[in-house]
Amino acid sequence: MIITFDWLKDHLKTNLKEKNLLEQLTNIGLEVESVESISANNELFKVAEIIKIEKHPNADRLKVCDVNIGENEIKKVVCGAENAKEGLLTIYAPPGAIIPKTKTKLVVAKIRGVTSYGMLCSESELNLSNESDGITELTMEFRKSIGKSYFSKSKSNLIDLSITPNRPDCLGIRGIARDLAASGFGKLVDLEEKKIHSKNKHTLRVKINKEKGQGCNVFGSCLITNVKNCESPKWLKDKLISIGQKPISAIVDITNYVMLDINRPLHAYDADKIEKGIIVRNSKSGEEFTALDNKNYKLENGMCVISDNKGVLGLGGIIGGTRSGTEFDTKNILLESAYFEPGSIRNTAKKLNLDTDAKFRFERGIDPLSIEDGLNKAAKLIKEICGGAISKIDIQKIETYKTKKIIFDTNIFEKISGFKISLKEMIKILEDLGFEVKKDKKRLKLVVPSWRPDISQEVDIVEELVRISGYEKIKYIEPIKQRKKSTLNKYQKLFHFLQRSVASKGYMEAITWSFTDKRYNDYFRDTKKEIKIINPISSELGVLRNSIFSNLILYINKNLDRGFKDLSIFEIGPVFDDSNPGEQNTVVCGLSAGKKSRLSWIEKDRNVDVFDVKRDVLQTLVEAGYDSEKFFVDSETPSYYHPGKSGRLFLNNKKNQIAAYFGEIHPNILKQIDIKTEALVGFEIFMENLELPKKTQKDLKVKFSFSDYQKSERDFAFIVNKEVKAQDLINTISNVDKSLIKKVRVFDVYEGDNIPENQKSIAISVTIQSSERTLNDNDLEKINNLIIKTVENKTGAKIRS
Amino acid sequence: MSDLKKIKDEFLSKLKGKLNIAEINQIKSDLFGKSGLISTQFKKIATIAESERKKFASDLNIVKDELQDLISSKINEIESNEINKKLEKEKIDITLPERPFVRGKIHPVSQTIDEISSIFSEIGFSVEEGPDVENEYNNFTALNTPENHPARDMHDTFYLDEKKQKLLRTHTSPVQIRTMLKGKPPFKIIAPGRTYRSDSDQTHSPMFHQVEGLHIDKNINMGHLKGCLNHFIKEFFEVDKIKMRFRPSHFPFTEPSAEVDIGYEMKDGKIIIGEGNQWLEILGCGMVHPNVLKNVKVDSSKFQGYAFGIGIDRLAMLKYGINDLRAFFDCDYRWLNHFGFDPLDVPSNYRGLSR
Repeated sequence: MIITFDWLKDHLKTNLKEKNLLEQLTNIGLEVESVESISANNELFKVAEIIKIEKHPNADRLKVCDVNIGENEIKKVVCGAENAKEGLLTIYAPPGAIIPKTKTKLVVAKIRGVTSYGMLCSESELNLSNESDGITELTMEFRKSIGKSYFSKSKSNLIDLSITPNRPDCLGIRGIARDLAASGFGKLVDLEEKKIHSKNKHTLRVKINKEKGQGCNVFGSCLITNVKNCESPKWLKDKLISIGQKPISAIVDITNYVMLDINRPLHAYDADKIEKGIIVRNSKSGEEFTALDNKNYKLENGMCVISDNKGVLGLGGIIGGTRSGTEFDTKNILLESAYFEPGSIRNTAKKLNLDTDAKFRFERGIDPLSIEDGLNKAAKLIKEICGGAISKIDIQKIETYKTKKIIFDTNIFEKISGFKISLKEMIKILEDLGFEVKKDKKRLKLVVPSWRPDISQEVDIVEELVRISGYEKIKYIEPIKQRKKSTLNKYQKLFHFLQRSVASKGYMEAITWSFTDKRYNDYFRDTKKEIKIINPISSELGVLRNSIFSNLILYINKNLDRGFKDLSIFEIGPVFDDSNPGEQNTVVCGLSAGKKSRLSWIEKDRNVDVFDVKRDVLQTLVEAGYDSEKFFVDSETPSYYHPGKSGRLFLNNKKNQIAAYFGEIHPNILKQIDIKTEALVGFEIFMENLELPKKTQKDLKVKFSFSDYQKSERDFAFIVNKEVKAQDLINTISNVDKSLIKKVRVFDVYEGDNIPENQKSIAISVTIQSSERTLNDNDLEKINNLIIKTVENKTGAKIRS
Repeated sequence: MSDLKKIKDEFLSKLKGKLNIAEINQIKSDLFGKSGLISTQFKKIATIAESERKKFASDLNIVKDELQDLISSKINEIESNEINKKLEKEKIDITLPERPFVRGKIHPVSQTIDEISSIFSEIGFSVEEGPDVENEYNNFTALNTPENHPARDMHDTFYLDEKKQKLLRTHTSPVQIRTMLKGKPPFKIIAPGRTYRSDSDQTHSPMFHQVEGLHIDKNINMGHLKGCLNHFIKEFFEVDKIKMRFRPSHFPFTEPSAEVDIGYEMKDGKIIIGEGNQWLEILGCGMVHPNVLKNVKVDSSKFQGYAFGIGIDRLAMLKYGINDLRAFFDCDYRWLNHFGFDPLDVPSNYRGLSR
C-alpha cells in the first residue's frame, strides 16, 4: 500500500514531521517497507514552449526544436513527434530526469549527429494517460507557467507500507489515519456528510439471486445520467500520480480515488450497455466473458458474477468486463458498491489466477457498512466533474450485517502483555479506533467497528491495546537458567554424533535441496517410488529425492569441473519413500572421488576404493557405539552400486535392518553423467535402521577387565574356493574358542601362481590369550589344530604347508 | 702412600686423558678384571688384621665406586659422541611436506543449529523435530490459517498432490502442533529444520532453515517472550548489549504478534550487529493464539505462552558475514572449506559457542 503524507493529511491533523510519521507507522504495525522520493524527479519536468522547429539534417522524420524553458533559456531538443509545432506548449524533461514510464534516466545524446539536450514527453511517458501519439499538448493557460515544474510541488515522499492481511481497513488512507490518530499522532479529521439527496428514480432493476454459495450479500448502486466523461481535473490526476497511479478518465479515476481513500472499491458500468437490468448470480460452467484486462475467462460453476440478460458482465469484486466498461463517450453510468464474501472472491480469483486491487481488498474484508458512503462520495464527484444527474440509491441485500460484540475482561490485558495500562487509557484507545465502549466494572462491553473483520475475541482486543500503547512498554523478563528435561533425545544425539564423526574423516558437509532433478533421481531411485512435486520451481527440481546421491553426484561433478580432483563430501538429511508425512528417512550419505596421496613426495598415490568407504562406515559406526565384532556384511546392494565392488552392512547377523551400503558407484552412471574422475566411491548409513546403542557411556565404563597373561600370535594360510568369504573364515575361527581367541586378522589375500584356479590363499593372524593362566606349548598346539580342523571342515579350506 | 691411593691417583690421571673405547675397556680390565688391581685388593681383605680390616674395606669401596663411575661416564660420553656423529649424517630437509592429511568441515547451518540448541538448552528448551512433508492441516489449518485465508498467500507452497493435502512444510510451526498433540503442557521446545517455499531469487531459496520456539505454561506473558529472545540474540551474537526492536505484526497463529528487528551498522563493508541506527528484521513471534491451543486441546484459560520462528540461514549469514543465501546449498568445495567448521568445534555452554 503506497501512501503520501500529504494525502494522509486529508484525514489527519498533525504538526509532526515525516520522520516521526515513518517511525510511528512501524511502531503501530504498519511497517514501512520503503520510502521513495519522486518529487525531486517530478520537479525536473518543466512546462516549455517550442519556439522554433527545423528539419533534422540527417533524418526525415525527426525535428530539431528550440525549446524555451523559462528565463530565456533555450534548449535544443531532437523530437520525432508529428504534433510538434512552433508555439506548442508541452512538457520538457532535462538530462538527468528519470522517465516515469520506462524508469530510464535521460542523458545528453547525439541523435543522428545532432546533440539533443533532454526530451519532450508524451503523456504516456509521464504516466499521465495512455496517449503515446505525439508529445503532450498543454492549454494556453500554461503559458504563464513556462519554466515552472509541470507537476504540483509535493514534498511528500512515496511511502510503501506492508499491510498485514488482517488489516483491510488500512488499505485505505483513512484507516491508516485512524490508527495514527489513536496512537497520538494527530487528530482524525471528521468526514463531511455528503449524502445524495435525489428524487430521481433508479430505473435499472438489480437482483441478487438467493442461491447456495451466493458470494454477494449486498449490492448498492445508483444511476448517473447524462454525464460527460473526460480527463480528470489536475487535483485528482496529481493525487493519483502522487502515489504512482496512472490517471485514465474521470470516472475510472474517481472510483480509484474512493477506493484508495476510504478502501471502498466501486465499479462503474456503462448503463446503456446493460441489457434490462443486473442479476447477481452464480456462474454456470462454460460461461465466458472478456475482462477489462482484455483476457477471455472461462468460468466454472458457482463463481459470483454480475450479469444481465445477455450474459456475464463481470466477476463481482474482482474485475469488470469490456462489454459494459465506461469509455470517454459513456453517457449513463451505473455505479456499483457491493459487499462480496472474502472466501468466494478468493476461490474464484485462485481458480482463474486473477489478481486485482479490488480482489485484494474484498478477500481481506471490506467494511460492509461503507456501501452508501462510497456511492455518495463517488457520485458527488462524478457529478462535479462530469455533470449529469444522480438517481436515488438502490440497495439490494440478502443478508443484514450484524455488529460484533465482545465482553472484554480488562485483567486479561496484563496477564498476556505483562504490563499495566489504566482503564481510562484502554477506553480512549478503543474509542479512537472506532469501538463503542461501555464500562461495566472491570469489564468493557465493546461493539467492534464494522471495518475490523479481524477482531472477534478478547485476545484481539489485547493486541489492539498493546499495539497502540507501544511494544516498547513490554518488559524484559530474564529467562531462568534451569533445565528440567534433556535437550536432545538419544536419536538426536546419534544424528549429531554421526554428522561430526563423518566430517572428522575428511568429508565436507554439504546441505543440498530435498528435491532434485528427475533424471538424476532415477539413477539412484532403485525400486523406490517417484514422488513428484505438483508445482516445482523448475523441471530440474521436480521430484523429492529418493537418495541423497542424486544431489551429491551432481555437485561433486560441478566441483570436479572447478578443477578439484580429490574430494569427499557428505550430507546428513532426509530421503523420501513416499509422499505421506513421516515416510522419510534420515540418511548419512558420502561420496569420495579421485585419489589418495596425489602428488605426494613421500607416499605412493592410489585411487580411492571400496575399502576406504568401508572403513569410513565401520569406523563411524564403531565410534557411535556399535560393536564391530557383530557386524555382518554381504554383497547385496542396490543397482546404482558396482555389482562386484559394493557391500551391505548389518549391525548383527540377524540381518534385521540394513545399517549401511557402501561401494563403487556403478560405472554406467558415471558414463551417463559424464563424470571425469579416477574413482568414485560412496556410502549410505540409514539412521532410522540403527538400533539405538543400548549401552550408554556410563554402562560401558563400569567394568574394566584385562589379562596380563602372555599372548601368542599364530599365523595360518588357508587355500579356499574363491567364493568363500573372509568374513566366514574370521567368524569360524573366532567361534572356535571365544575365551581364548582374542583377535583374528586377515593380513594377506593371494591368487595366481602356485594357487589352483578358482581358489585363493588367505593368510590370517590369530591372537590367543587366556585370562586365567599362561598357555604352554601344548595348549597352543591344541588350539592350533582345532582351528585348522574346524576351518577345513566348515569351509572346505586346506591349510597351506 | 698406600697401594690404594697409588692405584687411585694413577688411574684418575689416566682417565683424564683422551681415550678411545678400547683404551677404556683396557683400563676397566686392568682394574676390575679377574686379576685386576682393584679385584686383587678385594681379595686381600681377608688377610688384613681385624682392627684395620673395616677401614680398609671402606676405603677400597670408595675408590672402586669413584673409578667405576668415571669409567661409565667416559664410556657414555664416547658412545653418545658416536651416535651424534652418526645422526649428523642423517639430517633431512625437515621443511619437506608432512604426510598428506584431509580435513572435513561442518556446514555453517549445522554449526548454527548446534549453537542455537546450546543457547536454548541452557534456559530449559529441548529439541523436537517434525517431518519435511506435512499435511495441510498441521501446516495451515491447525495454525489458525484456514483455507482461503489470505495469509496463505505469504507462503508459496510446494504441493505433492492435486488436492493440496500433502505439502512441503512452509515453516517449522507444524512441529508446535505435533508436539502439543502428543504431550501435555507445559511445553518448552525448539524445533530446527528444513522449510520450503516456491520462491527463488538472490535472497530467497526454495529450501531454507527455520527454528521454531514454543513455551507454554501458566502465566507466560509477552515479557517472557521479550526476555527470552533478547537473551538468545545476545548469546548468539556473543555481545553484551543488543539493540532490539519489537514491532507489531500479524501471524494467524499468534496474537499479539510481533516482528523483531536488531540494530546494525556497516563498517568497512562488514555488518556490525547491535550498534548503529539501521534495523534488520530477524524473526517473527507472538503469543500463541487461543484458537491454536484449542485445536491441540490445550486449555487456554489455564495455559498460555509464546512461539517464535527464526531464519537460521539468515542468522548464520549475519554472524559469519556470508553474503549470498544461495551459496549455502551450492556445495562449492571452496565455500564449504572457507565457511565450514572443524568437526571438533562443538558449540557448548561451558566451552562457549565459538573459539
